[in-house]
Amino acid sequence: MSVNEESIQSTSHRRTWRDVDLRAVAPFAALALLLIVGAIVNPNFIGLNNLANVATRCAFIAIIAVGATFVISAGDLDLSVGSMVAFVASLMILFMNSGAIADPTLMLTAAVVFAVAAGAACGLANGLITTVGRIEPFIATLGTMGIYRGLTTWLSQGGAITLREPEIQELYRPAYFGSILGVPVPIAIILAVTAVAAFILYRTRYGRHVVAVGSNSDVARYSGIAVNRVRTIAFVIQGLCVAIAVLLYVPRLGSTSATTGILWELQAITAVVVGGTALKGGAGRVWGTICGAFILELVGNIMLLSNFISEYLIGAMQGAIIIIAMLVQRSLVRKS
Amino acid sequence: MNPETLETGSVVLEARRISKSFSGVQVLFSVNFELRAGEIHALMGENGAGKSTLVKILSGFEQPSSGEILLDGKPVTLPPNGAAEALGIVIIHQEFNLAEHLTVAESLFLGREVTRFGVLDRKYMRAETRRVLDLLGCRVDANALISSLSIAEKQMVEIAKAISRDARVVFMDEPTAVLSREETNFLFRQVRKLRDQGTSFVFVSHKLDEVIELTDRVTVLRDGQWVKTAPTAILDGESIAQLMVGREMSSLYPAKTEPDVDEEIVLRVDSLSTDYVKDASFEVRKGEILGFSGMIGSGRTELMEAVAGLRSRLSGEVTIRGEAVPSGDVHAANRRGLAYMTKDRKAKGLLLNSVMTANLTLQSLDQHTRLGYLDPTSEAAALGKARRRFDIRVRDGDVVARRMSGGNQQKLLLAKVMETEPEIIIIDEPTRGIDVGTKQQIYHFISALARDGRSIIVVSSEMPEVIGLCTRVAVMREGRIVGVLEGDEISEQEIMRYAAGLKRMAAA
Ligand SMILES: Nc1ncnc2c1ncn2[C@@H]1O[C@H](COP(=O)(O)OP(=O)(O)OP(=O)(O)O)[C@@H](O)[C@H]1O
Ligand SMILES: [Mg+2]
Repeated sequence: MSVNEESIQSTSHRRTWRDVDLRAVAPFAALALLLIVGAIVNPNFIGLNNLANVATRCAFIAIIAVGATFVISAGDLDLSVGSMVAFVASLMILFMNSGAIADPTLMLTAAVVFAVAAGAACGLANGLITTVGRIEPFIATLGTMGIYRGLTTWLSQGGAITLREPEIQELYRPAYFGSILGVPVPIAIILAVTAVAAFILYRTRYGRHVVAVGSNSDVARYSGIAVNRVRTIAFVIQGLCVAIAVLLYVPRLGSTSATTGILWELQAITAVVVGGTALKGGAGRVWGTICGAFILELVGNIMLLSNFISEYLIGAMQGAIIIIAMLVQRSLVRKS
Repeated sequence: MNPETLETGSVVLEARRISKSFSGVQVLFSVNFELRAGEIHALMGENGAGKSTLVKILSGFEQPSSGEILLDGKPVTLPPNGAAEALGIVIIHQEFNLAEHLTVAESLFLGREVTRFGVLDRKYMRAETRRVLDLLGCRVDANALISSLSIAEKQMVEIAKAISRDARVVFMDEPTAVLSREETNFLFRQVRKLRDQGTSFVFVSHKLDEVIELTDRVTVLRDGQWVKTAPTAILDGESIAQLMVGREMSSLYPAKTEPDVDEEIVLRVDSLSTDYVKDASFEVRKGEILGFSGMIGSGRTELMEAVAGLRSRLSGEVTIRGEAVPSGDVHAANRRGLAYMTKDRKAKGLLLNSVMTANLTLQSLDQHTRLGYLDPTSEAAALGKARRRFDIRVRDGDVVARRMSGGNQQKLLLAKVMETEPEIIIIDEPTRGIDVGTKQQIYHFISALARDGRSIIVVSSEMPEVIGLCTRVAVMREGRIVGVLEGDEISEQEIMRYAAGLKRMAAA
C-alpha cells in the first residue's frame, strides 16, 4: 500500500516534485536519520524487538492521527480526541461491566459495536457543531473536549473505571497482546487502518472532495460539493479512528480514569504535521502521518535508551519537534 | 500621438535577448522589447505566449534566465518582489492579490503609509484614495473592506494603486479583462493623461479594439518568440490577430441559428428576487443562446447564482423542464442538468494548487468511479480529450493550476464545467482573458452545443460577444431586467440605451 500511495503521488505530481514531493519525502528522511542516531546511541535500539515495541506503543496516537489527517485536510481541527478516548473507553468498560449479556463472546462483540457507535456519535457531534452550528472547529472541539472529559470524570466519580469480568478480560487480552502471523496485533491494525484511509483519501471521490474543501471551500461549493457534509464525515471518520484506538486501549490496561488520553490531541496533531500534512488544509498524507507518529515515539525511546538526556524532557522534545517540522515544511515551500 | 514624438521619445526600458525557463521548460526565447518615454505599448500574443512572464521579468518579479535589461540605457538587475517600484516601475498583475482584510484606503497606501507627527494620517489617506478613485470613476467606499468588493472593484483598486504612485513605467497585465466598457473608458482617460505627462505604459490585453484605440505601438509574441513590433496606426484588428496566431483567421462568430418558436422551454425563471435582484423573469428554449448584458454590478451574476442554487432566493420560482428547483440547492439544479461557470476562476473556479486532472474532474468524479474507487486512466483520458477540445496549452502536463497562464486557466475552468455534460449551461464571462484564436474556438463550441439541443446563457460584459453569439439578449440594470432584445434590435447602441437606463421595456 505504501508503494501505492507513492505511485499515485508520482503520477499526479511527477514534474513538480521540487515543491510537492520533498514535503512527502521529508518525514521518511527524518525517520531514517533517527534510526541511524538511535543505532549509534544504543546498539539494542535497532533490534527488531525494540522497534516492534516502539511501533506497538505508538498505535493509539498513530490510529487517532490517521483520523486527524482527514479533519485537517478538510481544513478543520479536532482538539477533543484525547477526551473522546477517555469517554468512549469508559462507556465501553461500563457497558461490559453492566452484565447485560451473559455470554462473554457475545458481550464483547456487542461492546465493540457499542464503542464504535459511540466514537462515531462523538465525531458526528463535533462535525454538526462546527458545520451546522457554524462555530470555528478550534472553539467547537475545545468545548467538546471539556464535555467529554467532564463526562468521564463524572462517570468515574473521580476514580478509575475498571473492567471487572475476568472471562471477558481473558477473551479480550489478545486484541492488544496477541499477534497475527508473527506481527503484533496493534501493528497489524495500524497498517490496516492506514491502508484503508489512504485508499479513501487518494482513490475515492470522497477523498478528492476532502482535499478540495480543504484547499478552497468556495471552489468546492461552486463545484457542487456538499461542503458541510464532507467536513462532517471527516469528523465522523476521526471518531471512528478514536473508537478503534479505544478497542486497543481497553484490553491493554482494562481501566480508565479522568486522566486517560490527556494531551493525546496534541500528539496526534504533531504526528499529522510532522508527516507533512499542511495545517491549513488541502493536502493530506496518511502514510506520512504514521511516520510522524512513529518518529514521536522513537524520539522518546532514544531518550530512554540514551544516558545523556533525561526522559523527563520527552514532552519538551515533542514540543520542539512540531516547531522544527513546521520550519522545515515552510522552508520546503519557500524554495519552490 | 503624432509619429514625430514616436521617433524621438527616448527609450526608458529595454529588454535584450531575454530568455526564461521554468524548471527546465523554456517559455521565452531571446525576446527583444523596448519601451519609449510617453508611449503606450501593447503586448499581444496567444494564451501562454509569455506576455505575463515578460512583464514580470521587466518589473523584477521574475529574473531572466539570460539576457539583459536596460533602464535609461544602463544595464540593471531589477530588485525582486516589487522593490523595482523605487526605480519608478510598477505593475498591475494579471492574477492580482489584495490583502482581503484591509480597507481600500489601507491597500492603496500599503507600504507607503503617510504619517503626521508619527501617527498614521488616516484622514489624508482616505481623502487621497477618494480622489484617485474618483479619477477612475470608481464609486467604491475608501473604508470598504477589500473582501467585500467584486472582482471588478478589486481590479479598479489595483489600478488606482498603480497609477497613484507617480511611476515612470506602468505595466498593466489584462487590466480590463473584468471591466465593463464604462470603467474601461475611465481607465483609458487617465492612462492617456499620464502618457501625455511622460509616463510609459505596457498594456497587455486580448481585446483587440481596445488595443487599437489606446496604444501607440504593438509588440506581438508567439510561443515565447518575438514576432513583430509596429506602430498601431498601420495595423488593424485582423492583422494583429493574424500575427498572434500565425495563420489567417476566418470570421470570429459562427452563423446564428435561431431555435424554433415552439421549441420546448427548458428553463423558466419567474419573478426571482434576492437582496439585490428584483423581480427577474425570463425563459430559455432548447437550443437557444440567451445573452445577458449590462453594466458591472447590474446583478447578472447574483441572478445567475440564484438560478443555479448557489445563492438562496427571497422569492420567485425556477423551473427546469417543468420541475421546480428548490431555492439554494445546487445539487437539485445540477441533477436536473444545469451547470454554472463562475467568472471568478481564481477564488471560486479552480483549485490553484492542484494539477489539471484534479481540477477537471472535480465536478464529475462519478464518471470516473469504478466499484467505488477512482480510475486514474479514465481521468487521464478525460484530460487528454479536454486539452484537445479546448486547446489547453501547457508545456508541462503536470503543472499546478496556479502556474498556468491566465487564459489556459480559463479554458480549464470551461472544460471542467462541460465535463458534467449539462443540458443548460450558464457561462459567466466565457472568454475572460482568452486570446482571439481560442475565442473563436469557444464561440464555435458554444454554437455547436446549441445546435446539439443544449441551452446556453452567456453573461458577458463584452458587447460584441453577446451581439455576435446570442439570438436574444436580456439587459439588466440595478438588479432588474430592463429589456429583452431580439433579432435586428440587438445592437451596441440599443443595449447601451437599456443598460444606461435611457430606455425600459414597456411591459416591465
Ligand atoms: N512559475 C511558473 N512555473 C512554470 N511554468 C510557468 C510559470 N509561469 C508561467 N509558466 C508557463 O509559461 C508559459 C507562459 O505563461 P504566461 O503567463 O507568460 O502567458 P501569457 O502570454 O501571459 O498568457 P495569457 O494570455 O493566458 O495570460 C505558460 O506555458 C505557463 O504555463
Ligand atoms: Mg498572462
